[in-house]
Amino acid sequence: MTRKISFSEAINEAMKLAMRKDENVILLGEDVAGGAAVDHLQDDEAWGGVMGVTKGLVQEFGRDRVLDTPIAEAGYIGASVTAAATGLRPIAELMFNDFIGSCLDEVMNQAAKLRYMFGGKAKVPLTIRTMHGAGFRAAAQHSQSLYALFTHIPGLKVVIPSTPQDAKGLLLSSIFDDDPVIFFEDKTLYNMKGEVEEGFYTIPIGKADIKREGSDLTIVAIGKQVHTALKAANMLADKGIEAEVVDPRSLSPLDEETILSSVAKTGRLIVIDEANPRCSAATDISALVADKGFDYLDAPIKMITAPHSPVPFSPVLEDLYLPTPEKVLKVVAEMIGDETIVTV
Amino acid sequence: MTVMKPEMKSLTREKAKWMYEKMCEIRQFEDKVHEIFSKGVLPGFVHLYAGEEAVAVGVCAHLDEKDSITSTHRGHGHCIAKGCDLNGMMAEIYGKATGLCKGKGGSMHIADVEKGMLGANGIVGGGFPLAVGAALTAKLKKTGAVAVCFFGDGANNHGTFHEGINLAAIWKLPVIFVAENNGYAEATPFAYASSCKNIADRAIAYNIPGEIVDGKDVVAVYEAAERAILRARNGEGPTLIECKTYRNYGHFEGDAQKYKTAEEKEKHIKEWDAIAKFRRYVLSQQLLTEQELHEIERKVIETVKNAVEFAEQSPFPQAEDLLKDVYVSYQ
Ligand SMILES: Cc1ncc(C[n+]2csc(CCOP(=O)(O)OP(=O)(O)O)c2C)c(N)n1
Ligand SMILES: [Mg+2]
Repeated sequence: MTRKISFSEAINEAMKLAMRKDENVILLGEDVAGGAAVDHLQDDEAWGGVMGVTKGLVQEFGRDRVLDTPIAEAGYIGASVTAAATGLRPIAELMFNDFIGSCLDEVMNQAAKLRYMFGGKAKVPLTIRTMHGAGFRAAAQHSQSLYALFTHIPGLKVVIPSTPQDAKGLLLSSIFDDDPVIFFEDKTLYNMKGEVEEGFYTIPIGKADIKREGSDLTIVAIGKQVHTALKAANMLADKGIEAEVVDPRSLSPLDEETILSSVAKTGRLIVIDEANPRCSAATDISALVADKGFDYLDAPIKMITAPHSPVPFSPVLEDLYLPTPEKVLKVVAEMIGDETIVTV
Repeated sequence: MTVMKPEMKSLTREKAKWMYEKMCEIRQFEDKVHEIFSKGVLPGFVHLYAGEEAVAVGVCAHLDEKDSITSTHRGHGHCIAKGCDLNGMMAEIYGKATGLCKGKGGSMHIADVEKGMLGANGIVGGGFPLAVGAALTAKLKKTGAVAVCFFGDGANNHGTFHEGINLAAIWKLPVIFVAENNGYAEATPFAYASSCKNIADRAIAYNIPGEIVDGKDVVAVYEAAERAILRARNGEGPTLIECKTYRNYGHFEGDAQKYKTAEEKEKHIKEWDAIAKFRRYVLSQQLLTEQELHEIERKVIETVKNAVEFAEQSPFPQAEDLLKDVYVSYQ
């Protein structure tokens, strides 16, 4: 059974189900409950996160398991690492991924490395949920997509869902995974609705999803950009070009096989990634195909990314900053040497 | 050569006039942004400073352009008190090319380095070390300048608070750390999130003076800031001032503020209003006349109205601006 719910509701539901299933699952972060120690405040009036994603959880699970923290990311993310290593299964919310600067050590040097450094004698079943993405007019310190930073670090898993159905199943997998997972939520997807299965289900981390089948070219897109790819694919279909849209869903581990076999079928690859282009998911996936799938290629690999600049505030600049279906069409036109496909 | 040490001065008529005008400008500016935002015209989100005017104004009354300030996400008041142009600020909030940051920063990043305004900040706790750096420059270059770090009660729990203040203390840097304790960080009360009763209590751990001030009383803020700034300019190091205050609006526009009580809002917003209090004070002290105050109030409405018109009529940035100013040079 499925019903239509939003990306945000799907994430909320995953946390609720996880907390019901296992009392070791706790949630902590800034205002994840909201209004801690305010006597007159009813739990249903509490914020439930800046974007309301965790709303209602404190009502069901109480303030021992849904913990408001001070603005002290190094403190509570660091504490989550060893809370995880000593028996809990925390979901720590880092409100915006841009705030990782305040707690990178805890993630990069502690969470990621404990198990390896201790010769396999520890595990860190920690999920860090964090908001990313441009298009919200939130300017340079609240709009980045920093998943490549984490993908670079061995010991961390990196998950980026693009639909409500994927978000729920992948978050449940992340929470019950015994390794630290950084779970990225695009803030501009929260209101997006989609069919979502009821009840408990998981989607394996490391398994890409083919969001649209096609035989003429492969578009690998990250997170929200999956929707840019799908829009472009529909526009291309009108011109008789069938694009296959591959959503990796996690960057670490990366489902190399699905990407490579898609390119083997289509002979062409475009990667859409709204993050900055250097040392990015886009370059990583392109390098994978250049390295292991060169013989499949009929054309050079193309990347559509943000430019090498911070995210601008002004709406006119931010709109230019992001990938669009039109940009994809332009690249396809060059790739197949047919300018007519960009003319509507 | 005898070096004249700066001394305490009493509040002059001119200063009082400037302070009243700046407080009114901030209030009018924020009320206007509140109004425009509710119409859905403005991009992004804004955090308003209304209610906290006495803090920025009481402190900045002692500063000139060589002095620096660091600010927060709730930065409009600091900008205005530090002399930023209101047209340029409003245009920035609209994302226009004529904005103080050419539309690149928006409300949360308004800056004017020439005026010593080192930026509003999207990162809570970002300002502590940034103020320390400006003070280090002042000390090494012997400019006599000070740096002021405005920060919220929520920021006082961030690790940078400790690192920044300790550094300023051991190097005896001319920094004034000004806590704006408005009782909440988003929806989280100060009393829940901080182990101390007062932020100023933490000063003892750094061996620096810590002072608690009624942040609704601009004269009290002015006097406390003067003591701290004198100390800083005289090479005696940093001070921590905690101003107890209140934000009249929500954390950001759109916050239903259920965590506040009706009584507390009534008290803070109506009874203890800083502008009304200062108005009574300047009249009773015969610093300014009713007519002068009226004139200021009228002028301020005009100034803010003009700022909105300027912003609305200004052009947006051009496509080529997107890649400008990532670096000074890059080949
Ligand atoms: C490092 C970091 N963590 C969290 C946030 C999100 N955030 C923005 S403002 C805010 C509350 C700040 O409270 P306070 O310091 O008291 O300032 P106030 O808003 O009351 O002026 C939070 C949690 C942030 N911007 N940066
Ligand atoms: Mg506060």
